Amino acid sequence: MYSQKVMNHFMNPRNVGRIDLPSGSGEVGNAVCGDIMHIDIKVADNIITDVKFKTFGCAAAIATSSMVTEMVKGKSLQEAEQITNQTVAEALDGLPPVKMHCSNLAADALHAAIADYMRKEANKLGVS
Amino acid sequence: MREIYMDHSATTPVDPEVFNAMIPYYTDRFGNASSIHTKGQRARQAVDQARSQAAELLGASEREIVFTSGGTEANNQAIISYLSNNPDKGRHLITSAIEHHAVLDAFLHLAKRGYELTVLPVTADGLVEPDILKAAMKPTTALVSIMHANNEVGTIQPIKELAAVAHAGGAVFHTDAVQTVGKLPIDVEEMDVDMLAASSHKLYGPKGVGCLYVKRGIRVGNYFHGGGQERGLRPGTENVPGIVGFGTACKLAHINLPERQTRLNKMGQRLKEGILNSIPHSRLTGHPVKRLPGSVSVCFEFVEGESILLMLDSYGIMASSGSACTSGSLDPSHVLLALGLPHEIAHGSLRLTLGKDNTEEDVDKVLEVLPNIIQNLRGMSPLCN
Repeated sequence: MYSQKVMNHFMNPRNVGRIDLPSGSGEVGNAVCGDIMHIDIKVADNIITDVKFKTFGCAAAIATSSMVTEMVKGKSLQEAEQITNQTVAEALDGLPPVKMHCSNLAADALHAAIADYMRKEANKLGVS
Repeated sequence: MREIYMDHSATTPVDPEVFNAMIPYYTDRFGNASSIHTKGQRARQAVDQARSQAAELLGASEREIVFTSGGTEANNQAIISYLSNNPDKGRHLITSAIEHHAVLDAFLHLAKRGYELTVLPVTADGLVEPDILKAAMKPTTALVSIMHANNEVGTIQPIKELAAVAHAGGAVFHTDAVQTVGKLPIDVEEMDVDMLAASSHKLYGPKGVGCLYVKRGIRVGNYFHGGGQERGLRPGTENVPGIVGFGTACKLAHINLPERQTRLNKMGQRLKEGILNSIPHSRLTGHPVKRLPGSVSVCFEFVEGESILLMLDSYGIMASSGSACTSGSLDPSHVLLALGLPHEIAHGSLRLTLGKDNTEEDVDKVLEVLPNIIQNLRGMSPLCN
C-alpha cells in the first residue's frame, strides 16, 4: 500500500518535536478528520535553519510531515514556499490516491508556519 | 520474525483437516452434484453430509440449511429475497445502527425502493435493548434483523429477547451470526430466530461459502435465478469443495467449541486487562462482559489507528482498526460512532481478535510492544504534551 520511502519516514520520522521560541508555527487539520499537523520553524537571515513537527494521524500524515521537514531545512523562505503537497508526495514516491486529500497536508502546515513568521516580522516593523 | 495473527474476526486460516477434506473434491471427485452418474452422486453425498454437519452446529434440521457464497449473500437473501417473496407483509423494516454493511446496505437498498426503515440506536456498550425494539414495532413491521455479535466491538445481543419482541409484533426475525457461528453455542430453536446467516471463513473453513438457516415455514425465496439447486433457493452449481470444507469446519467447531470458548475468553481477558492497565488514556469499546470470546477492542486517545496497525505489523502482529484510514472513508467506523464515541477517540481504535492458534506468548508479545508503540506515537502527537 505504501512506498518504501513512506514506510521509512513513518517508522523513523525526522525532526519530531517542538522548537523553543520558534520564529513561526503552523497547524492544519483537525482531530475530527483524524489528521493534525503542527510545524515550528526557526528562521535566520531568510533561511530556515531548524524545523520540527508533531503530527496526529495515519502513516501518510506522519511520513509527509517528516519529509517536508527534511526538504525545507536549510532552504530560503522563497524556496520553501515553492514546496507543495504534491511535491512532498512525489518525494515519497507517491501516496495511495485515498491519502492524497486527507493526509497530505504537510506543505500546508509549513506554509502556515511561514505565514506566521511573516506576520510576526511585519508586526515587529510596525512597532519599531 | 514470528507472525502473530490477531485478526480472526476478519478471517481465519483454513484448518488442515478442513483443507484435506476439500482436496478430493477439486480433483478425483470433481462431479457436478446434479449429475446422475457416480461422480455426480459422490458430490451429492458430500453436499448432503456437509448440510447435516452445518445443521448440527446450528441446532437446525437439514432442510433448513441453504448453502450460499458466504455471509453477505446469506444476509442479502434473508432480507431482500424474503421481502420480495412476501409482498403481502407490511412495508416497515427494523435493524440496528451497528450492523455489518452486508445487512445495513441491503436495508438501505430497500429504503430507497419505498420501504420504511427504522435503524435502532444502541447503548454505549453496543447493546440493542428489547424495549427500544418494542417501541419501534408497528403493525406494518415485516422484518427485524439484529446481528448476534458485533464484528468490531464484540458485543453479544440478547437475540432470544429481541426475537420474542419481533414475533409478538407479528414480524419475522433474522440474525447475522457471521461472528458467532463456531465461537458461541447456537441453537436456532432456542434462540427462536426465523433466519440466520453464517460464513465459513470465520470458523476455519474456506472463503466463498456460507449458509442461510431458514426456519421451516418461512418462505424466503431465491436471490439468484437459474437452476433448481438448494431446492431452488440458491440456483447455481454447488461449490462442492467449499461446501465440504464448510461442513468439516462446522463439525470441528461443534467438537471444539466449549474448550475454545473457555480458552479464548481467558486469554482475551488477560489481553484486555493488560492493555487497559498498562496504557493510560485507553478504554474498552463494546460490552465489558457480554462479548465475543477473544475479542479485544480498545481506543487510545491522541493517536490514530492505522499508525498503530503499521507499527504492530512491523513486529509481526496483525490486527485491525475502525479508524477512518482503515475504513476507506473520511469517517471512523459507523459502529464506533453509534456507540457515542467522539470522532477523535474513534480514530484511535484497535481490534485484536484471538483464534485457536494464538498462545499465551502471543499475548505476552502484544503486551510487551503495544505500550511502547502508543507512547512513541503519542510522542509525535500534537494532541499530547
